[in-house]
Amino acid sequence: MVPSSYYLILSAILFCLGAVGVLVRRNALVMLMSVEMMLNAVNLTLITYSHFLGDVAGQVFVLMVMAVAAAEVAVGLAIVVSLFRHKGTTDVDEMSLLKW
Amino acid sequence: MDTVLFFILAIVAVAAGVGVIAQRNAVRSALFLLINFCCLAGLYVLLHAQFVAVVQVIVYAGAIVVLFLFVVMLLGMEQAEETLDPLRYQWIVGGLLGILLLVGVVWALIPMQMGPGPDLAIDNVRLLGAALLTDYVIPFELASVVLLVAIIGAVVLAKRRLEE
Repeated sequence: MVPSSYYLILSAILFCLGAVGVLVRRNALVMLMSVEMMLNAVNLTLITYSHFLGDVAGQVFVLMVMAVAAAEVAVGLAIVVSLFRHKGTTDVDEMSLLKW
Repeated sequence: MDTVLFFILAIVAVAAGVGVIAQRNAVRSALFLLINFCCLAGLYVLLHAQFVAVVQVIVYAGAIVVLFLFVVMLLGMEQAEETLDPLRYQWIVGGLLGILLLVGVVWALIPMQMGPGPDLAIDNVRLLGAALLTDYVIPFELASVVLLVAIIGAVVLAKRRLEE
């Protein structure tokens, strides 16, 4: 029987890896992948609580997060494709139209 | 047995996560992401959430990673960055901020010790379906609206302008 804290620490590590990925990478595609990793870490936390509290609501929330994540990836990648048509790159350093 | 499996899956998941953010080639990042998602599916099985594990493999490993790979290869953006590096200390500062965040999150999560509750493994799909269609039926229906809006938004954003 693995204690709940192990799962929670693992999800914290994965969340922070995703956050570091968003901070340090500049390829918009890899940043989106890091965001997916953070969403997955949160899913792991929800499933852990669902298991250890014996409540199925956590799993329902994970399904909602998955639906939103799928929508987010579709729209995010469409934005990246559209930006690529405009700028010819996916490097976020080039996306500085709003910077004064 | 559970503990051994947990540590194998956890170590592979963290290593794959490091691979996602450390690889310069975006295709390899996507493949590391696939390993990460599969390890998480294994962890869901260990946590007796079999249905969510299957959905994880189908939706994340099946659909989302393939979508990423399509876009990366479509745009030819495997090596799109780090040709010249104006922010040399970005990795160090980012890593330090990540460790700070990790300490904070672990500090917040550790006091929550829980014993095992009632087992949800038996009739997992039935329990989940009953919860989805009784207590959570409005969010369940709204999720379909979110997906529809996402489809329309993706088509509108990605389609070529007609006048060009």
